[in-house]
Amino acid sequence: MDTMQELLQILEKNARLSLENIAAMMDLPTEQVAAMMDEANEKGYIHGYQALVDWEKAGVNQVEAMIELHVSPRKDRGFEEIATAIAAFEEVDSVMLMSGSYDLLVSIKGQSFQEIALFVAKRLSPLDDVLSTATSFVLRTYKRGGVLYQDEEIDERECTVL
Amino acid sequence: MDYDQILAPAAKAMRPSGIRKFFDLAADMPECISLGVGEPDFKTPWAIRDAAIRTLQQGRTRYTANAGMKELRVEICNYLARRFGLHYSPDDQVLVTVGGSEAIDMAIRAMVQPGDEVIIPEPCFVCYEPITSLTGGVPVHIATRPEDQFRLKPEQLKNAITPRTKLLILPYPNNPTGAVMEREDLEAIAEVLRGTDVMVLSDEIYSELTYGRQRHISIASLPGMAERTIVVNGFSKSYAMTGWRLGYAAGPAPVLKVMTKIHQSCIMSAPTTSQYAAIVALQQCDDQIVKMRDEYNRRRRFLVKALNEMGLDCFTPLGAFYVFPSIQRTGLTSAQFCEQLLQEKHVAIVPGDAFGASGEGYARISYAYSVEYLETAIKRIRAFLKEHGWLKQD
Repeated sequence: MDTMQELLQILEKNARLSLENIAAMMDLPTEQVAAMMDEANEKGYIHGYQALVDWEKAGVNQVEAMIELHVSPRKDRGFEEIATAIAAFEEVDSVMLMSGSYDLLVSIKGQSFQEIALFVAKRLSPLDDVLSTATSFVLRTYKRGGVLYQDEEIDERECTVL
Repeated sequence: MDYDQILAPAAKAMRPSGIRKFFDLAADMPECISLGVGEPDFKTPWAIRDAAIRTLQQGRTRYTANAGMKELRVEICNYLARRFGLHYSPDDQVLVTVGGSEAIDMAIRAMVQPGDEVIIPEPCFVCYEPITSLTGGVPVHIATRPEDQFRLKPEQLKNAITPRTKLLILPYPNNPTGAVMEREDLEAIAEVLRGTDVMVLSDEIYSELTYGRQRHISIASLPGMAERTIVVNGFSKSYAMTGWRLGYAAGPAPVLKVMTKIHQSCIMSAPTTSQYAAIVALQQCDDQIVKMRDEYNRRRRFLVKALNEMGLDCFTPLGAFYVFPSIQRTGLTSAQFCEQLLQEKHVAIVPGDAFGASGEGYARISYAYSVEYLETAIKRIRAFLKEHGWLKQD
């Protein structure tokens, strides 16, 4: 496997491994892995490192919503302009252009339903190119980033099998 | 009833005995971190599970042919040819069994008579000796050595062969050491065996899990060896299908014929659902094998480095999913070391002597666990060594 691809796979799974351990796992010198990580950042292969926080468990109030948007694409720039405009809002978590029955999927986090409702009503809907919105609130997260949130996976294997 | 009188002495004498207590202790510790298991942590690839579900829905749940479904036997032969250059006929040279374990049992029972000697390189998986003893065979142990990377050396084999030798067990890639036999090693062994009547039972259940420059090589693929070799393999380790209980043996038709006869009497046929699933595994899942192997490989390197750094020296294993570090710097026996580690830090690993006397001074650590889990375990082991003054100082 391409070593950069392997590094990215390791990091995507767990970005907190130490440089030394990643180097051991890949059987490469630590300096080379460090250089590859710099390269990955510089070239934009990696956009950032974040934690998968379970806010519900942490006892912090947070509301998350998925908003399906119908928009009218511009003749020359397609969806680019409106998508960038929406992505520029600080409240917005992610913006993705979708195939299927709507155009953009926007996810947004806030402290309350009102906050999100206000954002949709006052800032998103009034945009000229936004034709309609359908907001769905996240009731519960079961899995995110490949990690289960509700029931931890139980290792059913016998403690010791020869 | 005096059951002690009733039970057969050979059966009563079977292991495991003392070690069971240790495992039970670990199982009762909820916060225990176990690096003890000998099975993959991956789920069986979805395509395989899906195929099984479909045949269940269709109600295809009857016995199969004794030797296993024809279609599966054909796929097994294709697979052995594709991956290892082995050529067998699906008609009379393959037997589908209940795991690799049954294939080992059938092979030994088909060939070994009371008094026959069976050469078993140690440390090794624990079932060869009791099955040999139950048939009345005499286990002859060869202790493989760390300085030989736990490979079987031709001189050792030569010295162990007597006129009574019937069978050589060749358990590579090896559980618990992670040792492999490369082509040159196998050539040397084959050279000793050619011209003798000694048969080989080559247990290749970990054949897909090798990490060196060479891929696994089967001794049966060497000139003159197919006629004297029973290859045992299965789906448990390579496809993460342990609970499906499916393996197979391939070898000379006259031996397979007798093995099939015994199998017919005690098993009838291997689980039907598992057989359907296995066909899909062989047809569609080569890429899944590679994916799992790459992941094991990363864990292996991580673990070998971490153990060597803290002073639990281990040679670099090139197969299976175990490392076999020496615990000799602690001055404890394997059993003492593992029990103390379990009591004090709640980490379960397996004492090396569970795999034969020559495993004394070592412990088996499985890396069929996520890197995060291994990291936690390593932290605990390091703390354990440090508290006792056994940690290697740089």
